Parts: sequence; structure tokens; C-alpha cells
Amino acid sequence: MRITTTVNGAVHEVDDVWPGESLLYMLRERMGLPGSKNACEQGECGSCTVYLDGEPVCSCLVAAGQAIGREVTTVEGLATEGQLHPVQEAFLECGAVQCGFCTPGLLVAAHDLLARVPDPSDLEIREALAGNLCRCTGYEKILDAVRSAARRQAEA
Amino acid sequence: MDFLQPTSWTDALAARAERPDAVAIAGGTDVMVDLNFDRRRPGALLDLGRVPELREWAAEDGWVRLGAGVPYSRIIEELAIQLPGLAMASRTVGSPQIRIRATVGGNLGSASPAGDAHPPLLAAGAVVEVQSAARGARRIPAEEFYTGVKRNALAPDELIAAVLVPTAAGPQQFCKVGTRNAMVIAVSAFACALHPDRKTVGTGIGSAAPTPRRAPDAEDFLAGELQAAGLWDSRGRLPEELARAFGERVAAAASPIDDVRGSAAYRRHSLSVMARRAVTWAWNDLREAA
Ligand SMILES: Cc1cc2nc3c(=O)[nH]c(=O)nc-3n(C[C@H](O)[C@H](O)[C@H](O)COP(=O)(O)OP(=O)(O)OC[C@H]3O[C@@H](n4cnc5c(N)ncnc54)[C@H](O)[C@@H]3O)c2cc1C
Ligand code: FES
Ligand code: FES
Repeated sequence: MRITTTVNGAVHEVDDVWPGESLLYMLRERMGLPGSKNACEQGECGSCTVYLDGEPVCSCLVAAGQAIGREVTTVEGLATEGQLHPVQEAFLECGAVQCGFCTPGLLVAAHDLLARVPDPSDLEIREALAGNLCRCTGYEKILDAVRSAARRQAEA
Repeated sequence: MDFLQPTSWTDALAARAERPDAVAIAGGTDVMVDLNFDRRRPGALLDLGRVPELREWAAEDGWVRLGAGVPYSRIIEELAIQLPGLAMASRTVGSPQIRIRATVGGNLGSASPAGDAHPPLLAAGAVVEVQSAARGARRIPAEEFYTGVKRNALAPDELIAAVLVPTAAGPQQFCKVGTRNAMVIAVSAFACALHPDRKTVGTGIGSAAPTPRRAPDAEDFLAGELQAAGLWDSRGRLPEELARAFGERVAAAASPIDDVRGSAAYRRHSLSVMARRAVTWAWNDLREAA
């Protein structure tokens, strides 16, 4: 099937999509956007998190066809004009990235949290990131990064 | 595989009737896992995500008519007052990403004994509305909807339209045992609802029998004891022994199994503890409201 959808502000049209494939597969394998990661394909790890019409979802659990005519934003769409988003800068500076596999999903989830809750409590951060697993950092640096990004955002 | 994408309820029912080989997909949080892992290869996917009727809820005389496609995130935000038990259970489902997509209609469609929507629906006395193009709509009480492990009363040409849930007349509670506060399939779960208007009690047990089920003996026992002691009217303290006896009756209503998540004995024990606590919390809420 043919699928037309807006990804990171640009209209993408792809052919020969298998109707049972996921939005994640389509992004990575057909649209040249490998930022979103595939780690579990069952909604458990959050490394495939993207925005679908402004809401963070596991793209491995969205059928490609369900994204027809929708707006998708991936980790590749967070930076603007070559300038990293404050959440991305904070992750780098706080050491919240080790192997980096979980990072794209965590960035989208953290980006969404800070857009809704500019000054989140630790509990709110933990709850917002509960669907994102990291096997390297032990999460403390990730919490640091989100707190730091919130401060940056407040100062900006 | 075909991808069917109706944009109205009438078209969705027509597609359901024409394509018995199609699997309906709402939030996809159960269906996509099966597809990704090659556990299912249906002839078609019937995407219900563009059917506006399914994504609405409306307050009707004493009821909330909850469209099958309303996701948990919206139940939490929009229905916490009217349907407190279901909203509490919704908060425990998966993760934020899952709650944004997953729906009560999908929970009913999968009919897993561990589905978190089921105990509060049973406790509240909810009714499932299903429909087919050929025969129109019919209403099935939640307790008759679950027919076996991951089986429900839906006919092959039917779709779930909505769940009719009585608006809460009193406090409701939901508890769930698992290894984390998020992303947990319940080891066991329990919901209760106090109906002070009718002087009755509702219950729902999850993950401790082949299907979600009520604990009718526990319900009648507690309502009767509260009546005998005049507590429905006095709103006096709930005696500890009464809460305990209620918990034991709830546990007795379960028929749990041993599996990787927990033993049958633990499930039974945790149910008695959850039921005792939940009913005490609910009763205290009722007293405070008085
Ligand atoms: C990571 C993860 C965590 C999870 N955690 C929980 C949890 O904590 N608690 C819990 O209860 N569940 C959990 N689940 C399971 C799942 O999210 C729920 O069962 C959810 O309610 C399914 O809803 P859905 O809209 O995504 O269903 P879908 O996957 O779209 O569909 C599920 C089934 O219902 C059928 N169906 C859907 N809508 C209709 C309709 N209107 N009419 C007829 N049939 C229909 C489909 O054909 C399919 O058989 C989890 C899943 C994942 C992946
Ligand atoms: S790859 Fe989608 S949640 Fe893990
Ligand atoms: S940095 Fe390796 S999984 Fe998170």
C-alpha cells in the first residue's frame, strides 16, 4: 500500500508498505529515519517513542497505515536549524547518554514532559519516563538531565 | 494483507461483516505485538482509529456511555469523577505511551483475565454494547461478556461500540499487585464499588481466574452486614473483622493458577489483603463525604 504522512514537517510518500508493518519499521527502513530505535517491538522499552499528532507513542505498536495523513515527529525533528534542543544538550552535558540506544525515545518522552510540565517534580519525571528503559545509566543521570533541561528552559 | 480504514461506524460494521478474516485494530497495543512477533497473520487489518463515534463519551441519565475507542489517557483526564474505579485502573496501565493509544474496547476485545479495565467494570455493573450490520445492537452485562481465557461473547460479525458504565454513586477503589509501579501485568487485581444509594457493594477480581469475575458472596455478605449493623445510615467506622471477612470471601471466589508471575496461593492471599484494604479505603471515603 501507499502511505503519505508528514514526518518532521515534510510530506513523505512511500510505496509497497506491507499493511501489517509498524510505523517504526516504515520510518527506519523506508523513510531513511533510523533515529527511532527498535529494541523490543512490544511496547516495553520506549526506544521507538515518536510523536503522533503531538502525543508520544511507541511507534512499534502503531500500524503504518494508522499514520496516513497524520503528523509524526521523530528524534530527528527535535533540533531546529542545526541547533540541538535544550533537552538534547542537557542529556549530552549530564552524561545521560552511554550506549545511546534508549536516548532517542527518552528525548522524545522528556521533550513531551517539559512541554506540558515546565517544572516537573522528581515523581512527575519518573512517571513520565516510566515507559522508557535504559540498561546503561542507572537513570540518575537521565533524571539530572531532565532537571537541567527544565532549568535551561526556564532561563531561556 | 489488506488495510481497511472505515471513517464511519456504519462502514466499520459493513467491513466487519464482509471480511471475517480481518482483525480489528484500535490502539494496536495488543494486535501489533502479535503481528510483530508473527503470532497472527490475518487477511486484513480493520483500523477503527478513524471512526469518530468510537472516540466519544457522553453522560446519559445515570450512565456514562464510553466509546470503545476512548484511550486510557482520556479516561484519566476526563472521567475521574464519574468513573473513579476505571480511572484508577487506567492510571496503572502500561506506560504513558501505552495509555495514550490503548483503549477499553481493546481490553474487552482481548479479554485477558489480567486486563485492568475488567475489575472496575464488573464492580460498577457495566454493560458492553456490541453491534453488527445484520442484527443491530445488543447489550451484554460485563459479567457475561467474559466467556473464557481470552474469549468473549462477541460474534464474528460484531464490533464493540461502547461500554455503558453507571456513574459512581459512591467511592470506588482499584488495587493491583505487580513488581513495579508501571508496565505491569497484574499478578492479581481487585476493584470494589460502594453503591450507598442501593445499599449494595460491587466487586471485580482480575488475574486470579480464567476470566475476570465478581465475588457475589462477598458482595452480599458485606452489604447485609452493613445493613444489619445500621452502618449504611450511621456511616460509622467499618469494623476490622468485617473487612477481613469480606477479604476472605473475595479470595474464596477466585480460582487462581500458579504461573511465572505468581503462585495460586499468593494470588489468593494478595486478593484477601487487597479486598480488605480497598473496602476500608472506600468506606472511609464514604464517611468523609458524609
Ligand atoms: C507494554 C505494554 C504494557 C501493557 N500494560 C497493560 C496493563 O498494565 N494493563 C492492561 O490491562 N493491559 C496492558 N497491556 C495490554 C493492552 O494495552 C490492553 O489490553 C489495551 O486495552 C488494548 O487496547 P488497544 O486499543 O491497544 O487494543 P488493540 O490491540 O487494538 O486490540 C486488542 C483486541 O481487541 C480487538 N478490538 C479492539 N477494538 C475493538 C472493537 N471496537 N470491537 C471489537 N474488537 C475490538 C482487536 O481485534 C484485538 O483482538 C499492555 C500492552 C503493552 C504492549
Ligand atoms: S521498540 Fe517499541 S517499545 Fe521497544
Ligand atoms: S544509554 Fe544504553 S540503554 Fe540507555
